Amino acid sequence: MEMGFRWDFAYEILPQMLWATLNTIIAAGVGYAIALVVGLFFLLGQRTPSKIVNVINREIVEFIRSTPLLIQLFFVYFVLPQFGIKLSAWLCGMITIGLHFGTYLSEVYRGALEGVSKTQWEACRALNFSTVYTYRRIVLPQAFPIAIPGMGNYLVGIFKDTPLLSTIGVAELFHAATAVGGYNYRYLEPYTMVGIIFLTLSIPAAMWVRNLEKRVNVAQGKVKQ
Amino acid sequence: MSYFAFLTEHGPTLLLGTVTTIKVLVCSAILYVIISMIFGLMRLSKNPAIQGIATVYIEFFRGTSLLVQLFWVYYVLPFFGLSLEAFVAGVVALGMNFGAYGAEIVRAGILAVPKGQWEAAHALNFSPTKRIKRIIIPQIFPIILPPAANLTVELLKATALVALVTVVDLTFEAKQINSITWLSAQCFGTALLIYYIMARFALVPFLRWLEVVAARKVGR
Repeated sequence: MEMGFRWDFAYEILPQMLWATLNTIIAAGVGYAIALVVGLFFLLGQRTPSKIVNVINREIVEFIRSTPLLIQLFFVYFVLPQFGIKLSAWLCGMITIGLHFGTYLSEVYRGALEGVSKTQWEACRALNFSTVYTYRRIVLPQAFPIAIPGMGNYLVGIFKDTPLLSTIGVAELFHAATAVGGYNYRYLEPYTMVGIIFLTLSIPAAMWVRNLEKRVNVAQGKVKQ
Repeated sequence: MSYFAFLTEHGPTLLLGTVTTIKVLVCSAILYVIISMIFGLMRLSKNPAIQGIATVYIEFFRGTSLLVQLFWVYYVLPFFGLSLEAFVAGVVALGMNFGAYGAEIVRAGILAVPKGQWEAAHALNFSPTKRIKRIIIPQIFPIILPPAANLTVELLKATALVALVTVVDLTFEAKQINSITWLSAQCFGTALLIYYIMARFALVPFLRWLEVVAARKVGR
């Protein structure tokens, strides 16, 4: 077998890899969208006045956060059919990623809400604003900028965890690379290209998040420009 | 089959896998701590070449997926004549990946040491090496341990990936038992529980204890 990096082979499989990259981006996007919503539910569970709901919510979040995403994927993918729920690999993957990262995002939301000074709440109370109005016009506009960097970080995090979906047969980038590699019995080019594609997508994304973070800090008056 | 019968039959196998998982965790934790110390310090070097190497390393490992790195080490390095055993490949990939994240924590920790400490060490005419080794490093532990603890829990979760390069750990055993018995709920559920117990009742208390010890050492 020829040693070293074969450029012609890399060029040959490039279109296939790029198509699969599209799937990876879709998977990350959909998974993220679900995670954003799931995070809100966990946040709700955390902030309801009922103590029992708080405790149950916290235990669920702790459990999901301290177990590997990989086994959670297997669990959802293999166990649900035994209860008569047949979902496609795509759907299983999206649900699991959404649940897993939803727990992380609920922490981001919580931190952002707590980042809004208590006096803001007191001022709203003094002005006799309703709770809904306080959230909508006073608290959320201030909390959102605080949450942005954390939310951005987890978008990049989800993107980097999408290769795990290949283990249950979602046809994303890593899956395509393994398939191409197995077919041609050459793993050097496909896996190297996966690495390069990930780098070219995630480094600009990470830089964008860092830039946002800086701008948020400036807007909040934490750092002088 | 009742769950109890499942446990008596397959429990020992899962426990054997757990032992391997712990081995992977300990080895990669040691490796990642060493790497993060080295690259965290390099990142703060005044020499642009050294700083550049550290930056490239950190951006590279944080920019690509752990699974890709793992497969690269295990399946691609043999193309360059370097065949690693699955266990070693797993530990190396995990250690290098988490070392990149840890280096950023170390860097932030060093920067968080009050400036007065540097100046005092300078005023007392300590050599640069001694300044770092005796004054700065001992003080960064209380600062870096909380984020490092989070990272270590992430590491425990990430060890599950080594099953995909044929290391016979807890995840691998769970998959194996699943493919024989098709008792998916039992085997993956048990695996999830074992990971949870390891994280919540062993690793986290241990790391909290380390935090307390580190805080006491600097007199807090």
